[in-house]
Amino acid sequence: MTSPGIASQIETLKSKALSELESVSNLDALDEWRVSFLGRRGELTQLLRGIGSLPAEDRPAAGAAANQLRQALQDAMASAEDALKRAASEQDVDPIDVTLPGWPVPRGGIHPTTRIVREICAAFASMGFSVVEGPEIEWDHYNFEMLNIPKDHPARDMWDTLWIDYEDEDGERPMLLRTHTSPMQARIMESKRPPVRVVVPGKCYRYEATDPRHEWHFYQIEGLAVDRGITMTDLKGTLFEFARRIFGVDRKVRFRCDYFPFVEPGVDMSIDCFLCDDGCRVCSQTGWIEIMGAGMVHPKVLEGVGYDPHIYTGFAFGMGPERISMLKHGIDDIRLFYSNDLRFLRQFS
Amino acid sequence: MLVPISWLKNYVPVSDSPEELAHKLTMAGIEIGDVEIIGADWEPESLIVGHVLKVDPHPNADRLRLPTVDLGGGETATVVCGAPNVAAGQKIAFAREGAALYSPRSGKVEKLKRARIRGVESAGMVCSVLELGLGEDHEGILVLDDDAPVGTPLGQYLGDAILDAEVTSNRPDCLSILGVAHEVAAITGESVTEPDCSYPEDGPDIESKVTIEIADPDLCYRYTASLIEDVKIGPSPQWLQDTLIKAGQRPINNVVDITNYVMLEYGQPLHAFDFEKCRDATIIVRAAREGEKLTTLDGQEHKLAAPMLTISDTHDAVGLAGVMGGANSEMTEETTSVLLESASFNAVNTRLTRTALDLRTDASDRFERGIRSALAPIGLRRATQLIVELCGGTAAKGIIDLYPTKREPPTVSISRSRIQQVLGVNYPMSQVKRVLESLGFEEAEAPGGLIDLIEAVEAAPAAERSDSLWLKVPYWRADISIEDDLIEEVARIIGYDSLPTTMLSSSIPHWEPQPMTQLKDVVRDLMAAAGMQETISYSPTTLENLSRVDALDEETPPLRISNPLSREWEYMRTTLRANVLNTLAYNRRIAQGEGVRIFEVGRVYIPKPEAKERDLPDELEMLVGVVSGPRFAESWVTESDAMGFFDAKGSLEYAFNRLGIEVEYEPSTDSIMQTGRTARITSAGVELGVVGELQTPLLESYDLDGYPAAMFEISLDALLSVVGDLRQTHVGASRYPESYRDLAVVVDGDVPAASIQRIIDRHALVVRSAPFDIYSGEGVTDGRKSVAFRVVFQSGRGTLTSEQIDHFQRDIVRQLQRELNAELRN
Repeated sequence: MTSPGIASQIETLKSKALSELESVSNLDALDEWRVSFLGRRGELTQLLRGIGSLPAEDRPAAGAAANQLRQALQDAMASAEDALKRAASEQDVDPIDVTLPGWPVPRGGIHPTTRIVREICAAFASMGFSVVEGPEIEWDHYNFEMLNIPKDHPARDMWDTLWIDYEDEDGERPMLLRTHTSPMQARIMESKRPPVRVVVPGKCYRYEATDPRHEWHFYQIEGLAVDRGITMTDLKGTLFEFARRIFGVDRKVRFRCDYFPFVEPGVDMSIDCFLCDDGCRVCSQTGWIEIMGAGMVHPKVLEGVGYDPHIYTGFAFGMGPERISMLKHGIDDIRLFYSNDLRFLRQFS
Repeated sequence: MLVPISWLKNYVPVSDSPEELAHKLTMAGIEIGDVEIIGADWEPESLIVGHVLKVDPHPNADRLRLPTVDLGGGETATVVCGAPNVAAGQKIAFAREGAALYSPRSGKVEKLKRARIRGVESAGMVCSVLELGLGEDHEGILVLDDDAPVGTPLGQYLGDAILDAEVTSNRPDCLSILGVAHEVAAITGESVTEPDCSYPEDGPDIESKVTIEIADPDLCYRYTASLIEDVKIGPSPQWLQDTLIKAGQRPINNVVDITNYVMLEYGQPLHAFDFEKCRDATIIVRAAREGEKLTTLDGQEHKLAAPMLTISDTHDAVGLAGVMGGANSEMTEETTSVLLESASFNAVNTRLTRTALDLRTDASDRFERGIRSALAPIGLRRATQLIVELCGGTAAKGIIDLYPTKREPPTVSISRSRIQQVLGVNYPMSQVKRVLESLGFEEAEAPGGLIDLIEAVEAAPAAERSDSLWLKVPYWRADISIEDDLIEEVARIIGYDSLPTTMLSSSIPHWEPQPMTQLKDVVRDLMAAAGMQETISYSPTTLENLSRVDALDEETPPLRISNPLSREWEYMRTTLRANVLNTLAYNRRIAQGEGVRIFEVGRVYIPKPEAKERDLPDELEMLVGVVSGPRFAESWVTESDAMGFFDAKGSLEYAFNRLGIEVEYEPSTDSIMQTGRTARITSAGVELGVVGELQTPLLESYDLDGYPAAMFEISLDALLSVVGDLRQTHVGASRYPESYRDLAVVVDGDVPAASIQRIIDRHALVVRSAPFDIYSGEGVTDGRKSVAFRVVFQSGRGTLTSEQIDHFQRDIVRQLQRELNAELRN
């Protein structure tokens, strides 16, 4: 026998063993396979015995080749064994209907107003504004007079008021449900020296008939920044930045003149309508949606709280968070917010 | 305020389209809500001005006629026409075949078709107001003015656009066409031509005919009057009627129409009295007498009281100053002598009067906004001129002009430095001056005496002087009194959009903690994470709602709203319980058989006990939640039973645990909760609130029977006092393993599990314990119960041995025996 003869025997044995392994379908058959190839009387053992009869110079090479074959067959058997065991364990499992629903988990959620108020306050907080709150039942003094809206001023028609049934000695009704969050402007400035940078979220109330766009009970977010050197260009920059954060970086904003007695100049800010290209119901066919009123704090308001208007300037703004939420989420009726229908509220959780 | 562009063009050239103009006005602060185009559908080829050359009878019909119309360029057309008023010589609106017209028969706009009417071919149509969409009249054809140019497209001659201006309350001037014209001039670079108001004064001296007195100069700043005699009352000319209709006014008669026209033109309300009905030829402007009555022009009788201001003769009130005239001095067809009033009344008093009488008019809208006294004689002369011109009267010589305290036109300064300070932009003063002059401001001398002026000039450096301006406010503007008002004028005319944007560069103020605001947010998030949905409800409610949850306190009744929108929202809530129950009931009605877990964080309004001077109420922040219904949605995985006490408590425990506070629950009572299923919640000796199952009759009254409901109520102020700064302290975990033992002890039936647990937990090496089984019955003595705890031991020093744990357990059992008369089960 020559060594090339051994080499071809090894090759033949390898292909035979591997091909037989492929048809092994259970662990018992695998053991039979092991005995017939790797066992003490197995074919490989037989072959190894034959190596002893080779010439001495051929033995090392033949031995190495035979050992490689042993290793290859052992590896193949191990992976076949793994596969057979896995298949066997799968047969033991009771299959389930994976399309059935899982364990019920109660779904809690935050009210859409709370969510939008948080979002708006966070946008301003990142620009250095603190969040403060104030009383909902207010004095006429803070709700109107300190804001340059004296008694019987025609501008009072802009804030139809719900009054608390209480008269003072002069027969005046001084207590009311705040019609806006602006009374906090005076309260904050009375309590501290500049610089001031705050936003004030909270409930407001108006004597107003309701419809899909108007609610008598609503939230407002007031903003106020007062210091030396604050100008109308800062007002524009700050509110523009706000609009980018809340409505997206592609939003265009528009500032136009408007009137509120506690600011001068007065500003109305709109964003370009993102619901239409050329006019729709939401933007009243104008392509612009009014978002908030704003302006430079009126010198009389500053004087009223003891700030020198020749030294300090500032801006104020106010917006309705429900309206912003309506725009963002396509809500078509503001009255949904406080009717507390869980089918509505759960959509925003 | 309706502003027809055609009227506007009388005073200022308009080259912008109506939409462009509306946009520019809106940006400058005069918001145009709507633009109505008249004749938008009129095609220039098919609707033109025609001239009726002759009218022939129809050969086959008595009521139809055949006008022949000159259409210009030598073209004529003969049509069949049924209108009784068609006549030769008229200028009319002619529609060719194909013109789009409103059809009274179909009620739609239709194309005009060639037609044969009773055997005669009609080559078009002579149009009525109705067919053109201009009005309701279909009795006759529309007759145009004689100067209408033949052949001109009708749209060019008659078309118009009407801007609907939503005027803010500071701008009474823009409640007038001229006021808007001044705005248009400033934003388009044009200039305004005001009407010439002169007229022949051919009558006798007015002083010899009329006596006028202002008895209350605080309420009437200025009173001007003219007298026109031999007036013929009748309908106004067509142009005047058309103009008023477009501006939203109903024509009445020539004199009244003129007063309305001038009010709309200048913004100055006027009133015409039948002079013969003013007894003793005298007018007294005086406050109403107590109980005095006046029937106004609208037929309403009003009971007057001081300080309402009346216009009176020597006997009675003949008008309500600034609001409406009296029926007793009304113009009638017999009137020949007209006393015309143009006055300036106190704005606040006008507002109080119209509010008290619920009588809002065009006049009161203008007076309450505070129009300038300077406007009174101007409006008077303009209206007198038109009456003389259009009603054939003779005006008395001169006017009455009572002006007890003459007011100089205000002057206001503006400086470059203030503009810079407010707007952040450095405009050249030449530009500032140009803008303000375009609005009608005129440069003025600095106020003050000559000496002051010289001193001021000497004191100020030249550069500074040239950097400020003094300006006289035009007579129609009532809203300019300080420098910043002028700055707004400059900014809005140049355009807010042209201002640059900058980010705030001033220093950020110190952050101040807002613990309650933070706590509310944390609590909301915890409640949501515990599976509960946040709701927000109206703060005002009814007494019935409050009393249903036993929240009415006789001592301090809830605050009442004196003008509630509805009885449903009349009292400020003193509890959130009713709101949350109503929300539960509402949603139960919508979704039967669905589990509801809701909470609300909101304020209750507790009036301060009546003191000498009343204070604002306490606004207390509360958390109220309720759970009711099946614990889980219908599921194949698990049986679902009804939620109750332990579901509500579980949510709270989760929240308190996450807040890092130790809380105790002890049996308690509450007026709407079931005794035996109610616990008072305390932490560190502070009472936080209550949790319990609601009484069945209460639930039934909300139609909530079928499922129990468990509610909790937590005072967030109390919670804040124990939560502190919301900071939690880190506790290191042991490196050694935990071991547990299950320990069942038998105690008397009324021993709370919490007292057993307290004793177990106080052992130094117990890290936690939890009850897992409660049993009474066979094997346990009557009146006793077995409570099984899983007790977890762990040491920070090493792994505990079984012997050690047995030893600890014996210690615990001994203490339970001693303190609770407990015995180890089995």
